[in-house]
Amino acid sequence: MSGHPSTYEPKYAATKWIDQRLPIIRMGADFMTFPSPRNLNYWYAFGGILTLCLITQIITGVVLAMHYVPNIDGAFDSVQRIRRDVPFGWLLQSMHAVGASMFFLAVYIHMFRGLYYGSYKQPRELLWIIGCVIYLVMMATAFLGYTLPWGQMSFWGATVITGFFGAVPVVGESLQQWLLGGYAVDNATLNRFFALHYLLPFILAALVGLHVWALHHVGQNNPIGISQKSKSDSLSFHPFYTVKDAFAVAVFLLIFAFFIFYQPDALGHADNYIEADPLKTPPHIVPEWYFLPFYAILRAVPNKLAGILLMVGAIAVLFVLPWLDTSKVRSLRFRPVARWFFFIFIVFSFILGWCGAESPDNMVFTVGEKIVDGNVVPIGLNFVWLSRIASIYYFAYFLVILPILGLIEKPLARPDSITKAVLGDAPRGGETVAAE
Amino acid sequence: MSEVVKTDENIDGDKRDFIYIATGAVAAAGAAAIAWPLIAQMGKAADTLAAGSIEIDLSKVVEGQQLKTLWRGKPIFVRHRTPKEIEEAEAVDVSTLRDPQTDDDRLVPNPEGNLMPAFLVMIGVCTHFGCIPIGEAGDFDGWYCPCHGSHYDTSGRIRKGPAPKNMFIPPYTFLSDTVIKVG
Repeated sequence: MSGHPSTYEPKYAATKWIDQRLPIIRMGADFMTFPSPRNLNYWYAFGGILTLCLITQIITGVVLAMHYVPNIDGAFDSVQRIRRDVPFGWLLQSMHAVGASMFFLAVYIHMFRGLYYGSYKQPRELLWIIGCVIYLVMMATAFLGYTLPWGQMSFWGATVITGFFGAVPVVGESLQQWLLGGYAVDNATLNRFFALHYLLPFILAALVGLHVWALHHVGQNNPIGISQKSKSDSLSFHPFYTVKDAFAVAVFLLIFAFFIFYQPDALGHADNYIEADPLKTPPHIVPEWYFLPFYAILRAVPNKLAGILLMVGAIAVLFVLPWLDTSKVRSLRFRPVARWFFFIFIVFSFILGWCGAESPDNMVFTVGEKIVDGNVVPIGLNFVWLSRIASIYYFAYFLVILPILGLIEKPLARPDSITKAVLGDAPRGGETVAAE
Repeated sequence: MSEVVKTDENIDGDKRDFIYIATGAVAAAGAAAIAWPLIAQMGKAADTLAAGSIEIDLSKVVEGQQLKTLWRGKPIFVRHRTPKEIEEAEAVDVSTLRDPQTDDDRLVPNPEGNLMPAFLVMIGVCTHFGCIPIGEAGDFDGWYCPCHGSHYDTSGRIRKGPAPKNMFIPPYTFLSDTVIKVG
């Protein structure tokens, strides 16, 4: 997997025997000695954290599947049984449900990290695209999994999301009914969602393998975005980054544990404790928090198909980002203008999340009242308009700001090398090479 | 890996091409034949398709009341409309509607060939993303969808919000003056 010369020397007869037949220990050893930039900060720990999240979800998920009943007559009760009667079920179910949120928390930080340090730029375009595919599969897996407890939010979330496919011109209705296996979300739907929810994490694991392969082929990016040029620029992955990652994982697990043990329901929705009822829609349908920004974009337009296209576009734009950003400078540390546009982008991403959680007609703030047809109507900014403003910025950031800024912005002076950035002009081991 | 023996000398290119195309065609047909049942199995099963029809007795629904019942996994609304609601539904200028339909277009004649505007029968599913609208709500006294804020009038027609269509009218017929068969 790794692109650096192997330094592994089998010591024992048994390891030599294995190495000649299947160099799997060598692969692991090369992985551990992979030369990593010496200046990686804690934002670079999220790859390791995400791997842990995936493993946690797979292990707890397989265990939960031993007790779960994928049938509309038994699903809701079986989840309650897991939480109340199955030994340690309360813990395992909570780890899995909270784990999904922690997984998304980590992936969003990981993605913002990539955006800030320009990790999507040449030669890491494919690495980035594989990451985008991973994110898409994660979203699909999370959506399918959320349906399984068969609560009100499960049912109506599934109805709304599968309804997206109904908006496809001409074949929409057939496509939607093919996905559902019937005229509406029903037992056939729950059954297949369970089967696919069990499948997709293994696809994710394979995609993560490709992601790491691509990473080790091109090497890690780093906070200054300047490639490794000499030996003094790098450190062995182990023990330097295994230890650094381990500390980050420990902090992350503290937050994880806080939710599991003290707030297991804080990230969910109370309506999912009501069993699915196809005759009654909850008064306020909201997706899980990690989908809220996209939900806000969907609702920003008063047209069904346009709303869906915009929402899909919000993710599709990430795939072409390597070709939208025209700047040759990777790290935003050296792009004084782009940096501020990035921070505004983060703020608007949170605003979109806020809009997704609120009713579209609610007011963000009011500046007065007027009377329309005898009704008192507040004047001010409502959440539809706020989500429109935020959606425009979201797309403008990728489609207008990054392409233009790369051409007109004057980047700051960059250090000659990672070593120089870390040590300044202090004496150092390796020779340096001219800047890119 | 050691070098491999060259085997592409002295070959008949046309013959090879034919073999490639023929083999590829058979393989593609085989792949399609396997893919078809794997895709088709996800469609509606025979028992789902056979779920068929239901009968509803309209005389049980008093004026101002709405009956909700399930048909093919979706709710059917039977609304016994008040004279005010009927009047509102008929007063609308159809040309201003997003999905233009008169109130009469949304009714089915009884055995005598007369419309019964008191009874509105429709699939109670918002045409936006399939939520179930709340009755006697919204800006037009009809239905309001809580999911994304679509407003329907007293004829179940879309008036405001993101839904593209009026709520659908299911296929139904009158078995007698007061009993209808849906489906």
